[in-house]
Amino acid sequence: MEQFTHILLLFASTVLINNFILVRFLGICPFLGVSNQIGTAFSMGLATTFVMTLTGMASWLINTFILEKFGLQFLETVTFILVIAALVQFVEMFIKKTSPALYKALGIYLPLITTNCAILGLALIITAEGYSFIESVVFGFAAGVGFTLAIVLMAGLRENLEFADVPGPLKGVPITLIIAGIMALAFMGFSGLIAM
Amino acid sequence: MKFWKIFKNGLFDENPTFRIVIGMCPTLAITNAAINGLVMGLATAFVLLTTEIIISLVKKLIPENVRIPSYVLIIATMVTTVDYFLKAFLPGIASALSLFIPLIVVNCIILGRAEAFASRNSVVDSIADALGMGLGFTGALLLLSSIREILGSGTIFGFEVLGNWYPRMSIMTMPAGAFISLGILIGLVNLVSRKGVK
Repeated sequence: MEQFTHILLLFASTVLINNFILVRFLGICPFLGVSNQIGTAFSMGLATTFVMTLTGMASWLINTFILEKFGLQFLETVTFILVIAALVQFVEMFIKKTSPALYKALGIYLPLITTNCAILGLALIITAEGYSFIESVVFGFAAGVGFTLAIVLMAGLRENLEFADVPGPLKGVPITLIIAGIMALAFMGFSGLIAM
Repeated sequence: MKFWKIFKNGLFDENPTFRIVIGMCPTLAITNAAINGLVMGLATAFVLLTTEIIISLVKKLIPENVRIPSYVLIIATMVTTVDYFLKAFLPGIASALSLFIPLIVVNCIILGRAEAFASRNSVVDSIADALGMGLGFTGALLLLSSIREILGSGTIFGFEVLGNWYPRMSIMTMPAGAFISLGILIGLVNLVSRKGVK
């Protein structure tokens, strides 16, 4: 039971308090680039969550059974980036075969995920924090949910921004960043929610 | 003369932070103190310079189909070198930058310039491009981190510049301050150069 509570707390704190985008600043590129419409933002979030959960699993396995076992920790960065690139490619082929509809929805976003720093960041945080296997998987999934939450909220705000009269020089990226700042302020309200 | 033209292009016309708006994660995450911005900028510039030199030298040896994985491997090797160098010689700053040093691997500036510039140009031109882009990025980080440190803690590089009368705006050193100050800064750059509205 205690284990279960711990996992639930880890999930909630990763989604709300240490949100990958708004607090840890990981995955800003897709956050700014693919947040024009709620639909595409949600697809991007879904694809990222999928890859993040798999990365959580894979990075724990590789770190425990290969890097730590043979004392190769200095190859951490090189190994993880290669594994992530291979993983994304594999996921893409798998989805293409099993579910063409999903592939069509996620299609263009999948390759982009390789260069999403949230994924490599996730793998590095898991090794740095020394999470167990279950914790790694939950952490990966929760990080993806937090990413989806932030990007969908942002897309909702930006859809309404279409009708607002934004001063010329602030159009596009600057106003998006300022909105993100205000969202980060709102998320700071969660910071006292759970004491880990 | 061509050297200066390429150099200036990276520094101003195609400044990675203010003009192309790439490499945003480190730009926002570690600019809470001027020294962090400077070290992060120089680390990125060093990786950019060495990878552009290596790639422009071996570009003919790498088969077309496997060029992206090869570039990523070269970049990751250089990043690991920088990571261990900083941990050994500047442990305090290395722990402040923590995750964002290994994350230089996925900084779009590096792979972007490797693919768009170093793989098609000579070594000398690549050096000019890497120096321009690298220093353009460093300058942008230094500017943003100085503004945030002065407004947030009243200091710059740790030295007191604003007296006790100044109410510290601690929000500037937090995530929210990073987003808002970078947004306003890009807006100002757009206003000054009058090319902002697309």
